[in-house]
Amino acid sequence: MRPAPALWWAGGGALALVLALTIGAAALVFLWAEGAGRFTAPDWRALEFTARQAFLSALISVALAIPVARALARRRFPGREALVTLLGAPFLLPIIVAILGIVAIWGRSGLVNDGLGALGLPKLDIYGLSGVLLAHVFFNLPLAVRILLQALSDIPAERWRLAAELGLEGRPLFRLIEWPALRAAAPGAFALIFLLCATSFAVALALGGGPRATTLELAIYQAVRFDFDLGRAAALAGLQLGLGLALALLAAGLSAPSGLGPGLDAPPERWDGRGVAARLGDGAALGLAAAFLIAPLAAAAALGVGGLGEMGPRVWLAAGRSLGVALTAAAMALTLGLALVMLVVALEGRAPRAARLVEATALLALVVSPFVAGVALFLALRAVVAPASVAMPLVALVNGASALPFAFRLLLPALREAARDYGPLAEALGMQARDRLRLLWLPRLRRPLGLAGGLSAALSAGDLGVVAIFATPTAPTLPLYVHGLMSAHRMEAAAGAALLLAALAFGLFLAFDRWGRA
Amino acid sequence: MGARVIRLEAAEVRAGDFRLVADLEAQAGGHLTLLGPSGGGKSTLIALIGGFAAAASGHVVLDGRDMAGVPPAKRPVTTVFQEHNLFPHLDAAANVGLGLDPGLRLSAADRARVSAALAEVGLEGMGGRKPAEMSGGQRSRVALARALLRERPILLLDEPFAALGPAMRAEMLGLVAALRARRGMTVVMSTHDPAEARRAGGHAAFVGEGRAGPAAPIEALLDAPPPALAAYLGA
Repeated sequence: MRPAPALWWAGGGALALVLALTIGAAALVFLWAEGAGRFTAPDWRALEFTARQAFLSALISVALAIPVARALARRRFPGREALVTLLGAPFLLPIIVAILGIVAIWGRSGLVNDGLGALGLPKLDIYGLSGVLLAHVFFNLPLAVRILLQALSDIPAERWRLAAELGLEGRPLFRLIEWPALRAAAPGAFALIFLLCATSFAVALALGGGPRATTLELAIYQAVRFDFDLGRAAALAGLQLGLGLALALLAAGLSAPSGLGPGLDAPPERWDGRGVAARLGDGAALGLAAAFLIAPLAAAAALGVGGLGEMGPRVWLAAGRSLGVALTAAAMALTLGLALVMLVVALEGRAPRAARLVEATALLALVVSPFVAGVALFLALRAVVAPASVAMPLVALVNGASALPFAFRLLLPALREAARDYGPLAEALGMQARDRLRLLWLPRLRRPLGLAGGLSAALSAGDLGVVAIFATPTAPTLPLYVHGLMSAHRMEAAAGAALLLAALAFGLFLAFDRWGRA
Repeated sequence: MGARVIRLEAAEVRAGDFRLVADLEAQAGGHLTLLGPSGGGKSTLIALIGGFAAAASGHVVLDGRDMAGVPPAKRPVTTVFQEHNLFPHLDAAANVGLGLDPGLRLSAADRARVSAALAEVGLEGMGGRKPAEMSGGQRSRVALARALLRERPILLLDEPFAALGPAMRAEMLGLVAALRARRGMTVVMSTHDPAEARRAGGHAAFVGEGRAGPAAPIEALLDAPPPALAAYLGA
C-alpha cells in the first residue's frame, strides 16, 4: 500500500491524541503531584488494598475457572452453547446492574443470607473486601473460563485418542494432558484479571469504601469530589499509573491473551470422564458456575421489571445523556482505530519498527487508567472552564480512548487481510487513499467495525468510572443515576433504571453488530 | 511484427534468498508465455513488469520508457492476478467500472462503456451480479473486461485461469487471443503447463533456476529445449 498524505495526517493526528491522553496525562499528573507533598498512610493503605484485592480476585477467578473449563471442554449437553454465550455477557453488562443483582442475592437481606438465617448461621457481609471479591469473581470468572477453555480446546484430538488408548483418567490425565495446556494459559489469564481488577472503580464505589476497603481509584474520586484536594488526587493518580505500568510489564512477560478469541467450537471426541465421580464432579462445577452467574442476573431482571414504574421522569434524560456519550465514544474509538490501523498497515512494509511502535501506542490506554486521563483533563481544563459544564464531552473522550484498544485489536487483522488480498489490485488501478477508504476498506471492514462499535458503545453506555469525577448529581448519566438511587436505598427504582441501562447497553451492541453483519 | 514493447535487460529481482535475472523481449501485439515450475519466479517476473517488485539492477523498459520508480498504476500495463481480481462487495459492473475511474465516479457514457465491455467478454446483462454469484470462468471474464477498459498496451496474466477446468481454460485462452487480435494488445501470460503454452502459440520464455529468457517461438523452444527446460519437461 502506497501511503498518501491524507493517511499520514489522519494517522498522525490519532497518534497525537492518544499520546496526549496517555503519556501527556501521565506527565501532567506527575508535575502536579510533585508539589503535593508526601504520600500519607491512607494512600499506602489504598495502594495495598488495590493490589491485595486484585491479586485475590485474579487467584480465585482462575482457580475456580479450572474445573469449570475442564467440564465445559469435555462435556456435550443441551444448552452448552447458551452457557458459553452467557460467559461473554458479563463483559458487556454494565457493572452497576450486576452489582444490583449481586446485592439482591448476597446482600444483607438477600437470598443467601435469608437461607443462612433460617439455618441459624451468621450472616455474610457483602460490604468490604468480601463484597469486592465476590463482584470481581462474578465479572472475571467467565473471562478466565473462556481463556482456559480456549487453551483446552487447542489440545490436538490425537492426544485425547492416545490418552484413551493408554486408559488415562482422573489425576494422571489432568497431570499429563490438561495441566500443561492450563499452565501455559493460566498466568496470562491471571495477569489480565489482575490488571482489570486493579483499575476497577465502580465495584469499589458500590461495595467497598471506608478506610479498610478503598482502592486507589476510589481514593482519587474522593479526593476530587469531597476533599477538593487536586494535589492528592494527582499523587494518587501517579501511584495508580505506577501500578498499571508494573502490571502491564508483568502481563507482557506472560503474554496476556485477549479473551476476545474466536468462536469456541464443539469439543473433540473424548473418551475420558465416563465414570460416575467424574460426571458428578463436572456436573457440580457447571451447575454451580451457572447458578453463580445466572442468579444475580435473574434477580436484577426480576427486580427491574417490578421497578420500571418507579424510575422517575429524570431517568429518560439520564438515558439520553448515556446514549449520546456512548455514540460519541464509539464514533471516536472507530475513527481513531481506523486511522491507526491504516497507519500501521502502511508502515508495516517499509518501516516495521515504526509499525510496532504505533501498535504499542494504540494499546497504551490499557495501561494508563482512564482515571489518570480524567484527573489530568480535570487539572488542565479547570483554569479554562468549569469541568462539570463540559462533563459529557470529556466523558465521551475518555471512554472513546479506553475503548480504542479493543477497536484497534479487532480492526488490525481485518485490515491486514484486506490489504494483503486487495492492496495490489487497488494499487494497479491507481485508487487514491480516499477511494480506497470508501470503496475498499470500509466495506471490507464492516464486520469488525460493527463489532468494535458495539463493544465501545456498550462499554461506554455502562461506564461508571471517570463520569463520577466530572458529572454533577443534577445531570447524571444512566449508570450514575442508578448508583444515586442505590445510595438513597431506593432499590426498586434503582432496579428499574438498571434494567433500562442493561437494555440500552445490549441494544447498542446488537444494533452495531447487526449493522456489521448486514 | 511490431516494435519491442517489453525489454528486460539483465533485470534482477531479489527477495530474501530468492534471486531472478531476466533477459527477454516481447513484440508489440504478440503473445508471450512465461513457462516454468511453481516457485520458479513467474509471479515475481510479472510483478517486476507490473511494478509490484523493484529491479535491484538492470532495466525494465516498457513502451520505450525505463520504468524505474514508476508506480503500477502509471505503467502501460494492466494485470490480471492469480486471485483477488474482484472486490467481493462490489457487483460486476462496479468492478469493471474501476478500470475507468478508480473512485467509481462514472458518467452515463462510462456506464455504457462498462456494459459494452461486459458484452465483449460474453457477460451481457450480468453487471448486477456480485462475484459470489458467478462461476470461476465468469469472474475471469469480469477481470478481463476491466483490463480492456483500462486501455493499456500490455496485458499481464499471472496464471489467471489456474482454478478453472480444462475446457473452460481453453475457452478463456481463446477469448484472450480474440481480444488480443481485436485490440492489438501485447499479452504476457504465465503457466506451468507446456500444453497450454503450445496452445497459446506466439513466443515463450522459460522461467526457472534463477533465470528468465530469452524468448523464442514456442514450437522451437519446446521441440529443442535448453537443458533447464528439458529437465523441467522431463522429456
